[in-house]
Amino acid sequence: MSMTTILQHCLTGISLGGAYALIAIGYTLVYGILRLINFAHGDIFMMAGYFMIFALTSFPWPIAILITLVVTTLMGIGIERAAYKPLRSAPRMSIMISAIGVSYLLQNLSTYLFTAIPRGYPEIPFLKKIFQMGELSASFVTILTPILTIILVVILMILVNKTKTGMAMRAVSKDFETAKLMGININRVISVTFAIGSFLAGVGSILYFTDRMSVTPFSGTLPGLKCFVAAVFGGIGNIPGAVVGGFFIGIVETLLVALGYSTFSDAFTFFLLIVMLLVRPTGLFGEKTVEKV
Amino acid sequence: MKEILLKTEHITMQFGGVVAVDDLNIEIEKDRITALIGPNGAGKTTAFNVITGGYQPSNGRVTFDDLVIGENYPRSKMKKIYNGTYKTPFEKQVVNTPDKITRLGMARTFQNIRLFKDLTVFENVLIAKHCHIKAGLFRSTFMLNREEEAKMLEDTEALLERVGLLANRDEKSSSLPYGKQRRLEIARALATGPKLLLLDEPAAGMNPKETEELSLFIKEIKESFNLTVFLIEHHMNLVMDISDTIYVLDYGKTIAQGTPAEVQNDPAVIRAYLGVDEA
Amino acid sequence: MLKIKRNHLYSIIVLTLLMVFLYWLNANRLQNGMLVSVLQKGVILALVAVSMNLLNGFTGLFSLGQAGFMSIGAYTTAILLIPVQNLDGVYYMNGVHPAIRAFKMMVASSPEFIQIIFPFIALLLGGLLAAFAAAIVGIAVLRLKSDYLAIATLGLSEIVRAIFSSPQFDQVTNGSYGLNKIPNFPPMLWGAIPSLITPFIVVSICIVFIVFLIKSSYGRAFKAIREDEIAAEAMGINLFKHKSMSFIISSFFSAIAGGLLAMYMRSIEAKTFSITLTYDILLIVVIGGIGSVTGSVLSAFLVTAAKEWWLRFFDQPLLIGSWQVPLFRTGFRMVIFSILLMIVVLIYRRGIMGTNEFSWDRILKRLKFKRSKEGGKK
Repeated sequence: MSMTTILQHCLTGISLGGAYALIAIGYTLVYGILRLINFAHGDIFMMAGYFMIFALTSFPWPIAILITLVVTTLMGIGIERAAYKPLRSAPRMSIMISAIGVSYLLQNLSTYLFTAIPRGYPEIPFLKKIFQMGELSASFVTILTPILTIILVVILMILVNKTKTGMAMRAVSKDFETAKLMGININRVISVTFAIGSFLAGVGSILYFTDRMSVTPFSGTLPGLKCFVAAVFGGIGNIPGAVVGGFFIGIVETLLVALGYSTFSDAFTFFLLIVMLLVRPTGLFGEKTVEKV
Repeated sequence: MKEILLKTEHITMQFGGVVAVDDLNIEIEKDRITALIGPNGAGKTTAFNVITGGYQPSNGRVTFDDLVIGENYPRSKMKKIYNGTYKTPFEKQVVNTPDKITRLGMARTFQNIRLFKDLTVFENVLIAKHCHIKAGLFRSTFMLNREEEAKMLEDTEALLERVGLLANRDEKSSSLPYGKQRRLEIARALATGPKLLLLDEPAAGMNPKETEELSLFIKEIKESFNLTVFLIEHHMNLVMDISDTIYVLDYGKTIAQGTPAEVQNDPAVIRAYLGVDEA
Repeated sequence: MLKIKRNHLYSIIVLTLLMVFLYWLNANRLQNGMLVSVLQKGVILALVAVSMNLLNGFTGLFSLGQAGFMSIGAYTTAILLIPVQNLDGVYYMNGVHPAIRAFKMMVASSPEFIQIIFPFIALLLGGLLAAFAAAIVGIAVLRLKSDYLAIATLGLSEIVRAIFSSPQFDQVTNGSYGLNKIPNFPPMLWGAIPSLITPFIVVSICIVFIVFLIKSSYGRAFKAIREDEIAAEAMGINLFKHKSMSFIISSFFSAIAGGLLAMYMRSIEAKTFSITLTYDILLIVVIGGIGSVTGSVLSAFLVTAAKEWWLRFFDQPLLIGSWQVPLFRTGFRMVIFSILLMIVVLIYRRGIMGTNEFSWDRILKRLKFKRSKEGGKK
């Protein structure tokens, strides 16, 4: 493989990784606060794909993007309210089952509404514009994705570290009960968390599907799980960790596909997960916690 | 002649930079009741967890019934940050999981009661009998070990009668009143057939009357089951009443040891409990 | 004592009636195609659900690897059972591995007795292979806690699927083309039990084993681990050993069910065993009640019947007079089904049975209660 091809693949990988990173943040935030693997997150991402398809049929692209992001965010908050809030005091297994149930519902609902046949993802002309850099060529979205990801992450970090809401989020993730006793409005914090997560999943969805060109009701499952792995890889609850994990998995996956091991690219992600959980369960940047007897 | 059942040598337990237990040397005499007391956060429960195999000590050795059940020395990261008073590292690494130690004859209760909540009183005790089962999974499943199974049921029944919980046998353990839950936890520990019984604050949350009953109960089971008892407790009345030897811990360090009378008059103990009078 | 005898009598009567019903069904299978198909699929899923329940409900290990272990059973059974004369048709793209062909020739020329029981040997081999796989991966993943275990087992199941569909193993698993021409259920006892009834018998034996296990001392130890790991360990229960046992046994029976599923479906592909299958089974367990074997069995039949049969009409356009009822079209059935499921998850959290098991005493009590109520009215 020539250097150019390798670079070309790396570029694609970085772009894919950027989208993964945005989705992984959603997992990491929710896990940090509720200790819940939000199995429905991948399906929120998939639904955002459909929202965009429909929004673009009647609106110009800037408005369509806005609509998609708003609707996705609202859906994230709505799902939390309907399916997770009633189970706040239930055992962890119940809430995880509820998340799986929501994922199941979203998949079936979208199969019903949009059929299982892949829908073409509309092209937003300026995103698909091809740039030529020496021998490398890339569409605008490929370059935009990592940049946009970094910008959003920086904004998010500022939000989490400098604002009052961010402080509340950190407090809740450190100690749910104590934060509650200190008068933090838990439900608001959780809603904000889901809103941020879903918003980023919406952005990730636009970037991801623009490159992939079609959406099916099941296109959220695997990317979703991979992004969770990315979050675990970087240390669950840790935002920069999720970003690093997202990029890492995106790049490795692209390279594996390029080398002809496409069937194993998914398997690799899970292999990575299992190895990580065994060797360093707290992830690359996670803190160690000791369980008290 | 003094017969030592459990011995800890220079046990030091350090979490990160915090030394929770520092150079703890305890000798527990057979057939006696030994108590470990100290203010909150003195490291008593940590010491228990080290003895029962829940934690590996950072340095030190635990010997039970002439067998080394736990030994460790500061390794890898701990080597650099080790900050215990006793500096000489031990040499070997002996690790035993809590279940193994229980099977060797040491049973414990927990500070915050840990019963099998959804199971009945009878099942709680019966499960503790499982650790000495001889039959394998298949023999047990196909009910080829009828005699063993029957004996387990019989023993459980007898034990419940002995501790006065037979009337509650089919109740859910979480529905028992508090005092009985404590008693059930002790019964469950007894069902594993221990030589040494470790009680972690058995009287926590009990009123004076219940505490008095408990002290009688402990003495009674000690006699009838030939036990050696090691307990952590805050209720001084109970401790002074039943203990033969007392160790006092403060900030991880042993500040006094001796008979109840000796400990009661020890200035260091008084200082630890009442605070230092600077004047 | 009398009560026990009475209960035994009732059970024998019910079992006899069930057998009579199954023989009747066998005689009239052509008119009752749907019923046969639903009951067979239901009973197979019941076995997976019960084995998943053994892990999730009784040992407290939230594992989502069922589909992976089923696929091990299904592929083993399928590869061993595809008749030698159909091999070229099945592996038309990449050809079959010579070892498989040679093995099949050997089986085909073996004594008749071996050929008769060979399908069962194949099932057993699939189960053992899955149990072996579980024993190995268990060493790694059983150290993980609740949701990490869930995601790790889910990942394992995806890895298994990737292996089965990978082009590197084309000559064994036929890669992404899948396997077909798998023979149907074999008859048992020289035809005394017709092939239609075989899955019911096999599954019953397996479930009875699991029930006995749960009732044994080991089953009690599993429950202790579910209730409180630290306390269980302090009571001398070796966590790793008991968790492994539960994991291995659960995987073994999942694989047996996978093998039966291959015989039922007659053709399988790696996609059949995707995450969705595990979710389907989890939902059966949840609806039946986590921690109830009877609940899982009942729920397996109910869910299968509802999905494949009773709720079918939701998928067809419905006309009342000349007015077409809106919403009724392909996919609506699954939406309704998912909503029902969410209702169970959010509101009826205990499912059908909670953690209770079927017992004659309870049923009779309920009947008596009703009767006395009716009597009171008069």
